[in-house]
Amino acid sequence: MPAHALEVRGLLKSFGRNSVLKGIDLTLDYGSVTVLMGANGAGKSTLVKVVCGHHSADGGELHLAGKPFSPLNAADAIAKGVVTVHQSIDDGVIPDLDVANNLMLDRLAEPGSGFFVREGKLRREAQRVADSMGIEVDLKARVADLAVADRQMIAIARAMARKPEVLILDEPTSSLSATEANRLFALIDRLRDAGVAILYISHRMSDIRRIADRILCMRDGLISGAFEDKPLDYEAAVTAMLGHSMLEVDFTVQRASVAVIELQDLQLTVEAQAINLAAHDGEVVAVIGLLGSGKSRLAEVIYGINNAVSGQMRIDGKQYKPVSVQHAVQQGVFMSPKDRATNAVIPDFDIANNMTLPFLSAFSNGSFLNGKRLRRRARDMNQQLGVVCQSETDAIGTLSGGNQQKVMIARWLMEPCRVLLLDEPFQGVDIGARRDIGKHIRASANGRATLVFMSEIDEAIEIADRIVVMAEGSINGEYLNENIELGSLISDISGSETALSGQAQ
Amino acid sequence: MNDRLLDFSIKYGFLILLFGLIIFFSLTTNGFASARSAAFVLQSVALTGILALGVTCTLVVDGFDLSIGAVATSALMLSAYSMVILEHSALVAVLLCLSMGALVGLINGLLIVRFRVPDLLATLGMMFLLIGLQRIPTQGNSIATGMSLGNGVVAEGTFSKAFLWIGRHRFDLVIERLLPMPVVIFLLIAVFIWLFLGFTRHGRMMYAIGSNERAAGLVGVQVNNYKIAAYMISGVTASIGGILLAARLGRGDIASGNNLLLDSVAAALIGFAVLGAARPNAFGTAIGALFVGILLQGMTMMNAPYYTQDFVKGAVLVSALVFTFYLSSRRTGAGR
Repeated sequence: MPAHALEVRGLLKSFGRNSVLKGIDLTLDYGSVTVLMGANGAGKSTLVKVVCGHHSADGGELHLAGKPFSPLNAADAIAKGVVTVHQSIDDGVIPDLDVANNLMLDRLAEPGSGFFVREGKLRREAQRVADSMGIEVDLKARVADLAVADRQMIAIARAMARKPEVLILDEPTSSLSATEANRLFALIDRLRDAGVAILYISHRMSDIRRIADRILCMRDGLISGAFEDKPLDYEAAVTAMLGHSMLEVDFTVQRASVAVIELQDLQLTVEAQAINLAAHDGEVVAVIGLLGSGKSRLAEVIYGINNAVSGQMRIDGKQYKPVSVQHAVQQGVFMSPKDRATNAVIPDFDIANNMTLPFLSAFSNGSFLNGKRLRRRARDMNQQLGVVCQSETDAIGTLSGGNQQKVMIARWLMEPCRVLLLDEPFQGVDIGARRDIGKHIRASANGRATLVFMSEIDEAIEIADRIVVMAEGSINGEYLNENIELGSLISDISGSETALSGQAQ
Repeated sequence: MNDRLLDFSIKYGFLILLFGLIIFFSLTTNGFASARSAAFVLQSVALTGILALGVTCTLVVDGFDLSIGAVATSALMLSAYSMVILEHSALVAVLLCLSMGALVGLINGLLIVRFRVPDLLATLGMMFLLIGLQRIPTQGNSIATGMSLGNGVVAEGTFSKAFLWIGRHRFDLVIERLLPMPVVIFLLIAVFIWLFLGFTRHGRMMYAIGSNERAAGLVGVQVNNYKIAAYMISGVTASIGGILLAARLGRGDIASGNNLLLDSVAAALIGFAVLGAARPNAFGTAIGALFVGILLQGMTMMNAPYYTQDFVKGAVLVSALVFTFYLSSRRTGAGR
């Protein structure tokens, strides 16, 4: 048997001018679970897509079980022994077929498997596969009727029917409850014992503690840390993933003044502890946490997209209970959402129309738009934020990611507000644009409370007066942005103390 | 240089083709280049144009309305039923038809927004339902004055003069009795929809919904209300089309209006190609309808047989779609 199941050397991949993988080296061993951690945009998903054949590598070598491996497409990668279970579960199952058919689907699709389906034989073999995986569901049940975890198990069982060398699981627990996740872990243990090399991508520290044999961290297209010695150093792993190349903080930290928004006993999920938090006039508060820590959920609750389980919110001392986005905006709560491309950009519109969309009535006489006034305002905002473009009528798609993001932020800085929520404002944004945006947010901060939701520590230190750490849906620590002790901050982020004691297993 | 040529042809290619056609037919046929012939072309496209403008509004919010043809024929039957059998006045008949159109649009919108039925399926179902429904009150018969209603009763109502005037009146313009009323209504609706979609904040928000519904929702646009409104506009314009058809025919003819749906959808889709918009727009839709009308009129005058018409329309539509989608995608590729 070769030493490594999968060996990657100097892997390069870029999209246009944007180089995403800058020379990845990694190995996966038989019978071992390797956890891959990395913040958004670190290049994890690109790495997975290269290994599973969706993208071709620009440079570097891959060896599978000692032999050179360059998959032509996804089907080829599977045939050669690299099987991937993607984040969205329904990619891996056919919801309208029953369990037995799903388990045997690959067998049915094989050439030469016969024209007629032999029902009895199919069910017997399905039963055998199910037993070997420890799946205990009715084989006649329709997959669409099953719980998420069962569907996930079936997707994995299907993948295993091909006897892969390498199994890649991309955030498999992101939609599972704690008990469901435990069943998945039991299955993973079983596969590890059977000698499969497993690459497990996740942000959830509790998952990682449970199953990791070793941890690899990715940051900016490179492997930034490898942790193999037991006991694994989880905090060092989080540091390697988030990084903290300290930057100059050239502003004076604002002390708390008048509270603008107050959250009182706000419970995001049934399991989470209640949140108490106030943000003050002129203050920029960074809410940081890993993916799934509940920070986006918190933003959505304040913006009226989701409801909290219990608790209340007040703005300027008055009860605030948003029922919809419109309602929130009317009461002066604005939000720039994360994932710009899906949640914010109107691809058919030019810069000016993208920017002014929320406040069109400010640029209309009655119902009719005043195009001149609208464009003039957009031109002003372009200048203030330093959007690099030829004119405000450029199509939004011609801008770089950073400039698009400036437009999306400018959208919400056009009108005064009480509370500004920015969810991952620096996602897919280059350093120059990040500086510009950060500076402008700080410069305009008076007269409102600003909450910035993000996962990177340096970004938070660059912009915030106060840093609030979230983990497992509740607040895990709070720091004034002066001489922060990074060790303590990082252990709060990875949820080591309070979260673990709070979550009795 | 090549890029600029491509840009130019995407933007003006279709209009140049249109003018080319006009010049070609003017030179080769006798009488094409006359005011009467122009009025005739306009009259022939007025109905489909009106329906197409409505469907444009649903296309703008990234929807689709397949029920417009059925709404139009339902309005045709409803106006006839109202005047001939119930002996209502013209005003009542018109109001009934318009509210029927609005109601159908509302139901379409609710099916799509509240019950999450995909737009094509919801409006297809509605189309079926209306085609059936309009036949029930008259047991599948056409409606005309003097028809037997069973039990020896005879329908005594008539299409009122005022109602027929909507469909048949011609205004004097340079030449006596040149411009038919339906053309005037078509042009009015075209200007209205053009202003609404292009120059009001409501239109702007509808385009935003069509381009990225999620993003529009997250800036506080009332996505559902606007979608429902789009289907209601579509229903109302379709019912106006039906009223004009009834007023032109002067009877509730069960078999007319069969081609309305396909023709108007084609006009709206051809409109994507006008001025390189690559998206639904009122000006393009009107030009698209005209384009088809001019082509058919010219061919008729060149003695092309009537049965080639659908083939020609289909060919124009397919080329316009290739023009829109293939060329514009190349342009965005080159612009990066």
